[in-house]
Amino acid sequence: MSAHDRIADIVNAHDIVLFMKGTALFPQCGFSSRAIAILDRLGATYETVDVLQDPEIRAGIKDYSEWPTIPQLYVRGEFVGGSDIMMEMFESGELQQVLAPAA
Amino acid sequence: MAMAASEIERMIKDAIPDAEVTIRDLAGDGDHYAARVVSQSFTGMSRIKQHQAVYAALGGRVGGELHALQLETAVPQSENI
Repeated sequence: MSAHDRIADIVNAHDIVLFMKGTALFPQCGFSSRAIAILDRLGATYETVDVLQDPEIRAGIKDYSEWPTIPQLYVRGEFVGGSDIMMEMFESGELQQVLAPAA
Repeated sequence: MAMAASEIERMIKDAIPDAEVTIRDLAGDGDHYAARVVSQSFTGMSRIKQHQAVYAALGGRVGGELHALQLETAVPQSENI
């Protein structure tokens, strides 16, 4: 299975998925840590994928979304953004709305 | 590896000529920056597209030699009365 197909399977199998460096308990990067803090603050139920454990996903996710950085948030199969966009949307109240039906 | 703030600003402006670019060196190490980019060309674009336009301007450096670029994009505010 190609990296693209594996990623498609993951984002379609879970309402909220965060591709990140490290785990929710032990994020390995400040940006991933910030993304987790935002999701936890909103009380979201989410799945995480540690790209550091999977080089194929780590490389493939950047092509999948045409987005060069990690973390990346997907909600119901749609790419929402990285940690900066998550923070902007959190502050404006949009992220709550995007997550709401899934949370 | 690091990039100078002036280099980041120049690359963004080369690709987005009307961009107003503000860059802060977050850690003082030439490797962790925050950039705010304001451009009329972002009008009607989603946030993702706006950020992708800036990433494209930086030609693949983000996520590579430029590890940490905290990015904020916006359309210029029209003058409100």
